[in-house]
Amino acid sequence: MQVSGLIFDIKKYSINDGPGIRTTIFFKGCPLNCWWCHNPESRASEPEEFSGRLSRWNPDFENMNRNVVGRKVTTANVMKEIEKDIPFYQQSKGGVTFSGGEPMLQIDFLSCLLEKCKLIDINTAVDTTGYSDYKNYERIYETTDYFLYDLKLMDDHEHIKYTGASNKIIHENLRRLTSAGNKVILRIPIIPTITNTSKNIDEMVNFISSLEKVREIDLLPFHKSANSKYEKMKKENKLPNLVPLNEEEIEFLREKFSKLGYPLKIGG
Amino acid sequence: MNERIKKLREQSLNAIPSISHERAFLLTKFYKSGETEKCSTPVARALAFKYILENKELCINDGELIVGERGPKPKATPTYPELCVHSENDLEILNTRPKIPFKVSNESKDIMLGEILPYWKGRSIRDRIFEEVDEEWKEAYSEGVFTEFMEQRAPGHTVADDKIYHKGMLDFKKEIQSSINKLDFFYDKEALSKREELKAMEICCDALIAFANRYSKKLYELAVHEKDKRRKDELETMAGICSRVPANAPRTFWEALQYYWFVHLGVITELNTWDSFNPGRLDQHLYPFYKRDIESGLLTEESAKELLQSFWVKFNNQPAPPKVGVTAQESSTYTDFCLINLGGVTPEGKDAANDLTFVLLDVIEEMRLLQPSSMVQISKKNPDRLLKRALKIIKTGYGQPSIFNTDAIIQEMLRHGKSIVDARCGGASGCVETGAFGKEAYILTGYFNLTKVLEITLNNGVDIRSGKPIGIETGNPETFSSFDELLDAYRKQLNHFINIKIKGNLIIEQLYAKYLPAPFISILIDDCIKTGKDYNAGGARYNTSYIQGVGMGSTTDSLAAIKFNVFDKRKFSMKELLEALKSNFKDQKELRDKLVFETPKYGNDNDYADAILKILFELYFNEIDGRRNTKGGFFRINLLPTTCHVYFGSVTGATPDGRYACEPLSEGISPVQGADINGPTSVIKSASKIDHLRTGGTLLNQKFTPQFLATDDGIDNVVHLIRTYFSLDGHHIQFNVVNAELLREAQKNPEKYRDLIVRVAGYSDYFVDLGTALQNEIIRRTEHGKS
Repeated sequence: MQVSGLIFDIKKYSINDGPGIRTTIFFKGCPLNCWWCHNPESRASEPEEFSGRLSRWNPDFENMNRNVVGRKVTTANVMKEIEKDIPFYQQSKGGVTFSGGEPMLQIDFLSCLLEKCKLIDINTAVDTTGYSDYKNYERIYETTDYFLYDLKLMDDHEHIKYTGASNKIIHENLRRLTSAGNKVILRIPIIPTITNTSKNIDEMVNFISSLEKVREIDLLPFHKSANSKYEKMKKENKLPNLVPLNEEEIEFLREKFSKLGYPLKIGG
Repeated sequence: MNERIKKLREQSLNAIPSISHERAFLLTKFYKSGETEKCSTPVARALAFKYILENKELCINDGELIVGERGPKPKATPTYPELCVHSENDLEILNTRPKIPFKVSNESKDIMLGEILPYWKGRSIRDRIFEEVDEEWKEAYSEGVFTEFMEQRAPGHTVADDKIYHKGMLDFKKEIQSSINKLDFFYDKEALSKREELKAMEICCDALIAFANRYSKKLYELAVHEKDKRRKDELETMAGICSRVPANAPRTFWEALQYYWFVHLGVITELNTWDSFNPGRLDQHLYPFYKRDIESGLLTEESAKELLQSFWVKFNNQPAPPKVGVTAQESSTYTDFCLINLGGVTPEGKDAANDLTFVLLDVIEEMRLLQPSSMVQISKKNPDRLLKRALKIIKTGYGQPSIFNTDAIIQEMLRHGKSIVDARCGGASGCVETGAFGKEAYILTGYFNLTKVLEITLNNGVDIRSGKPIGIETGNPETFSSFDELLDAYRKQLNHFINIKIKGNLIIEQLYAKYLPAPFISILIDDCIKTGKDYNAGGARYNTSYIQGVGMGSTTDSLAAIKFNVFDKRKFSMKELLEALKSNFKDQKELRDKLVFETPKYGNDNDYADAILKILFELYFNEIDGRRNTKGGFFRINLLPTTCHVYFGSVTGATPDGRYACEPLSEGISPVQGADINGPTSVIKSASKIDHLRTGGTLLNQKFTPQFLATDDGIDNVVHLIRTYFSLDGHHIQFNVVNAELLREAQKNPEKYRDLIVRVAGYSDYFVDLGTALQNEIIRRTEHGKS
């Protein structure tokens, strides 16, 4: 049976989603609804109309409509795109990253792609919110080389307020994944006044130090690049006037997190 | 950079390019004297060369360590009336044109119009070429199907090897004498002409020695009157150097540099050779001197840098000779394409990067001059350290050094039948052209407008701009029932125009061999002395003639658009498309949007468009590669444009890829500006689908915003991009690191951005010196940093 799924973009020369040069496959559909989301087009689990050019037209996909974001594709379609950049993965020790949205929402599609990648020796990463049943992580654990795992807000009320979901299952899954082996790269969005509060940062550092082991910590400072996307999608941008972090604030965080003793990257 | 270098650099940057009538005046005076009528053509040329060097004004700039100018002062640029004699109108244009002007003084104008023009009119090679070529050549030329490199500038396109660092002019004279002694008048019917050629070479050796001795004498005189003790010592040392080299082989680093510089001046005084001349593998040639002098304490890294910096300024003082007409449009720049090669492999095939390689990269970074250009050769054997060092210079937005694949260059040369050692000692020159340094005459003969030929095909042989039937009748495309029919028609038109171009080339080669031998450069290129033959008459060990294809991306996308929309998907008919093109897409937004946004484009790693690129490559290759020239060598292809994609675009109407009439074509093998929407890995994959190893050079430019190279990780990833491209046999890649905002700002306020150097095509140039169309094109080129 040919498995298919819904994606909204494929990005080549992706250099901030895991090690080396990667291809990132963006799955459409997300269980969270983060106020600072950079990919508002990723949330809904069905294709959406938008005004203005947003998606990459690709003749290899039949009947592509460049006025619609989101397209149904087969694993064969996706594998063809992934395989094109194998020489770059080999040279740079890169690979493919499944991101979104939340790729775990389409677990059959994801798991099938991961297996196909492993068969031809392509390094794999799954960029996840952590908001999924742990058995799904177990299912793909062997075929996934890295989990790019988001950690946002430690206080559950806050988490619910700003993402629309509880953090309990996310934190529990993280604890289990980090105990299973050394595959987790933590991704922490630094959102002024929301995640970047001293309380949240301190609790987060404590929480990470209680985990068995992580590979790396990436701090992802907020940037305004998504503003125009919100306009094109005619979606409400809850944070249109947020001011990005300054150098000093970033340095402060760098110091805080580097005490954990894990490799630290700013900007992923 | 110390004070004196700063001063010399400033002086060079601020010098205003002007026309010097000196060379033309001396040459004409000598030819009028009647001396030349008493001797053979090569000897006459050699005597004229000697007369110029014995009588031209000398120029020693304050504080400089390497001496010698081509003109009487920095950027005073000679003309070469035996090639191209300038009319009053030409001089007016040169004096007043907004881009790449040359000041013409009233005195120069009077002399050039009063004495030089009347003598050379009808005698110049340019006049002879237009006299000898066919009418169909002239039509294709004037409609912009191809250009002709040799109509204003001489064949050159060659590079020095290491021989001058082992032999002085006196040693060359001995070799020449021995060649004369070996001539066999009993069996060799060319023996007499060979003897004349060799005699001419001998005269040229004496001429260069005499020139250096004049400098030596003048330096001694200056030393006598110099008050500053340190400068006095320097002047004496320099005087000693100029009496030693080029007569004898150099012994020190300083002597080696001064020797090369005299040789360089000799070449660019003898003729206005394309790509001036070039020391080539400078880090290899100078390293033994560097090492020895450092060890003996004669030199420190610092003093070596100072000498090199003074040397660098000398290149920048010599703009490319003034070009007019089509030649000015195809190569609109002051740069004279002297491309210093660094890195690569040794004659034994090992990593050649050494301490001096990195010293030279420091010099390049610090000097930030337009000339000389620089490049690094990257073999799989070279360390990443070399590539990273180069990228750290590139990321400052300077457009240099460019990056070449040594392993590809070597394989290209082996395919051309060169020996492995000659190949390893070679590299790339000009923009991206592969050559066996010191052993090859590899002549770029002109650009070829691949897109224009498609336009002519779509109009059944007629050039729509002029209405003239300059092509052949290959059928009305509205009657074509398949894409293959169109391709077949295109192939026939291509064959027609390539034949016209090559026939023209064969005529022009013979005109140069007959009227403009170049005995001085012949001394420097093997095996001219051995065979007694001139560089322009097949004396070099290898003789290659290139025709440079332009518009690969535009033509590919145009063909793909027709195949996709007319034949495969039947979105509109050929008739509708042709009408839209004729009207320059007037009121055809919907149709044009389909062409631009919903049609496969080269540069995105999709096989639909890229397969057509391959077909186009094979068509062009098969028409040219392996055809014989008159010098015992072959025609080959390479794919680069200098600024010709702008000129070719200006004479080509709207094209099926959605390009409006008169807009620039794509450059080199880069995708159409803005058509590559999948990032640099896709561009590299697409570009590597053609067989670079069967060319003599391809050119791929990528524009990055500075953020891509801001961090060490960023640089590592670009290293990976390059290494991957090279593992796929890519020949050359270069990165323009600028953002569009800055360029727009520079366009608005050019005076504030006089130092902004950008990558144009196979070379870098001052952004403010570029024409508006080219400036806009560079701004439009995809910025991969944005998405």
